[in-house]
Amino acid sequence: MQPFQTLTAVAAPLLRDNVDTDSIIPSREIKSVSKQGLAAGLFAGWRYRGAGERDPDPDFVLNQPRFSAAGILLAGDNFGCGSSREHAVWALADQGFRAIIAPSFAPIFHDNCINNGVLALCLPRATVAALADAILTLQADPHLTIDLDRQELSGVATGVIAFSIDADVRLRLLEGLDAIDLSLRRLTDLDAFYERDRQERPWVYL
Amino acid sequence: MASGTGPAWIAIDRVFLHERTGSIALEGLRQRGRPIRGTARTFCTIDHIVDTRPGRTDETLMPGGREFITRTRAAAREAGIRLFDVTDRDQGIVHVISPELGLALPGLTIVCPDSHTCTQGAVGAFAWGIGSTEAEHALATGTLRLNKPATQRVRFEGTLGAWVGAKDLSLRLVSRWGAAGGRGKAIEFAGSAVRSLDMEARFTLCNMATEFSGITGMIAPDDTTFSYLAGRDFAPKGEIWERALANWRTLASDAGAAFDEEISIDVDDLEPMITWGTSPQHATSVTGTVPDVNDSGTTPESHARALRYMDLQPGERLASVRIDAAFIGSCTNGRISDLRSAARVLNGRKIAPGIRALCVPGSSRVKRQAEAEGLDRIFRAAGFEWRESGCSLCFYAGGEDLGLGKRVVSSTNRNFEGRQGPGTRTHIASPATVAASAILGHIADVRTLQAA
Repeated sequence: MQPFQTLTAVAAPLLRDNVDTDSIIPSREIKSVSKQGLAAGLFAGWRYRGAGERDPDPDFVLNQPRFSAAGILLAGDNFGCGSSREHAVWALADQGFRAIIAPSFAPIFHDNCINNGVLALCLPRATVAALADAILTLQADPHLTIDLDRQELSGVATGVIAFSIDADVRLRLLEGLDAIDLSLRRLTDLDAFYERDRQERPWVYL
Repeated sequence: MASGTGPAWIAIDRVFLHERTGSIALEGLRQRGRPIRGTARTFCTIDHIVDTRPGRTDETLMPGGREFITRTRAAAREAGIRLFDVTDRDQGIVHVISPELGLALPGLTIVCPDSHTCTQGAVGAFAWGIGSTEAEHALATGTLRLNKPATQRVRFEGTLGAWVGAKDLSLRLVSRWGAAGGRGKAIEFAGSAVRSLDMEARFTLCNMATEFSGITGMIAPDDTTFSYLAGRDFAPKGEIWERALANWRTLASDAGAAFDEEISIDVDDLEPMITWGTSPQHATSVTGTVPDVNDSGTTPESHARALRYMDLQPGERLASVRIDAAFIGSCTNGRISDLRSAARVLNGRKIAPGIRALCVPGSSRVKRQAEAEGLDRIFRAAGFEWRESGCSLCFYAGGEDLGLGKRVVSSTNRNFEGRQGPGTRTHIASPATVAASAILGHIADVRTLQAA
C-alpha cells in the first residue's frame, strides 16, 4: 500500500450530509469484478446531466475547472453511509482523491479508506465549513497541505490547523502497512486459542 | 482475544460472501496467493445481481452481471467453500439464509462484505458489515483488527398497536435521532416491545441498525431465539446443543450493565411509518404530512434537495400521494412472516390499475414455504409478479428498474437518490403498508383497509 505522509492538493467542497455510497458510485456503474476504472462512475448521478449519460453537469463541483484535479474532498457529516461497497473508495482514489475531510464518516467507509491508503480525516463541522467557505465564497487558493506525521493541515485560507487521528490508523497510513500482513505475522499466536475454543465452543467449528 | 496497544485482534467465526463484493475479495486472495483459513466456516451465496425472473440462469439484465456470478462460482469452488448457487435449494439473500440455516448463532462473530450483516445480530451474535479488503483479511487470517466500539442501548417500551411492527420501530428511531444517531456504536435493542417481537421481526429491527450508522445491532438471546434456532441445518444438535444453550443463556447484558449511551422510545402511540425523503431519517407517520424544514430534523439544504428529488411539498398529506409501483422483498422484509403480513392485506383484493407490483422472496426456502401456504396465489391474484429469491430491486444494478421518476413504496431499507434506479422515488415502509398502498394506488394507512 502506498504510504501517506504529506499531501498538497486542491480541495473540492461537497458539503452535503449523509452522502451515501450509492451516490458516490451507483451500483449500475460497477460493471466488472475489478477495483480499477471506476472514476467515470464517481458521483454519476450528480456529475452528469442525465441518467446513464456522460454529459457533464457544469454546476457539479468536480466539473468546475478549479476543482477538476482535486485530491482532497471536503465533505459533510456521516460521509459514506449505506452500502459497504469498497468501490466507493476505489472510485474516489481512481479519480485522484487521497484524502477526505469531514465532520464524521460512516464506519465501514472509514475503514475502507484506510485499507486503501486514503486518509479519512475528521475535523469539527465548523472547521470544514470554514474551509469550504474560504475556497468557494472568498475564492481563496484551494490548495491544502496535510502533514500526517505532524498532524497539521495548512492552506492559504486557513493558516495551520492541528488535528488528531487514531494512532494505529496514523501509523498504518504513514508506513503504508497492509493490515492483513500484520495479522498474518501473528497467526501462530492463534493455535492455543483454537485448541481451547474448540473445547469450549464446539458448535462454532463446522 | 489478544490485544495490546491499538485495536483488538479478534477471531472471526463465520465469513459470508456474495457475488457483488465477495467475488473481488476471493480474487484478491488468489492474486496474492493467500489461502483461506477456516473454509468450513466460510459461505457464499448468489443474491445481489442474480436475475429473479422465473426460469432464471446465470444471465442477468445487468450489463456485465454474468461475470460476477461465474467468477464468484469459480473462485468459491477453487477455494472449496460452500456456495449457495443460483439453482441451490438453499439459495437466498445472505442475511435471510444465514439464520435460516442456523449458521448465525448467539455469541458468534459474523462478518460479510455487506452493510446489512448487522441483521444477524438479532440472534445475539456480533455481526457487522465490512469492505472487500477486510473480507480478504478475515478469509486469509480468520481474524480482524477492531477497535472496541462504544455501546448504545435502545429500549423500545410499551405495546405495539395493530399493523405496527419492527420496520416502524426502526424508522421511528432513525427519524428521531438521525441517520448518524448510532454512528460506530454496537447497539443493543432492548425493552418490552423488543422482547415481544418474534425472531423474524427482530431481524428486521437489527437489519436497520446500519441505517442508524451503528456497527451492529443485537438483541440478547432468549427462548424466542433458542426455539427459532433449534433443529436448523447447521445449528448444534444433541449434547452439543445442550452445552451451547447453557453458554448462550449467559450472554445477555448484566442487569446493571453501563452503556455509553441510552435511548428510550415509548411505542404505545407509534403508527405505521413511511419515508418522505432521500434518507431513512426522513420518515414520519403514514397519517402525517411532509414536514416543514423546521420539523424535518435536517438542514435546509438537505430538506430542499430531498423534496426536489421526491417531487413533494411541505405540508402535503402523505397518505394521498399517488404511486407507480410497489415492492416487497429484501433482507429487511423478505421473510415468510413479511409475506404473510402482506398477503393478509392483499387477500381477495387487486392492486390499483397502472401499478407495477413485485414480490421477491428473501430466500428460496421462503419462496417454497410461501407457495406451500398458497401465498403466491394471493400475490398473483392481486396483480403482483411472483419472483425467484434475491436482492432484486432493493437496489438498481443496472438491469431491471421501475422507470425514471417513478414513485415506489418499498419494503426495503434505503430511499437514497437513485438507489432503486435513476430518478426513482422510494418510500420505505413495512410490507403491510406496501400492500395497502398497492391496492389503493397511493401511500396508504393499512389500518384504514384492515380491521385489526
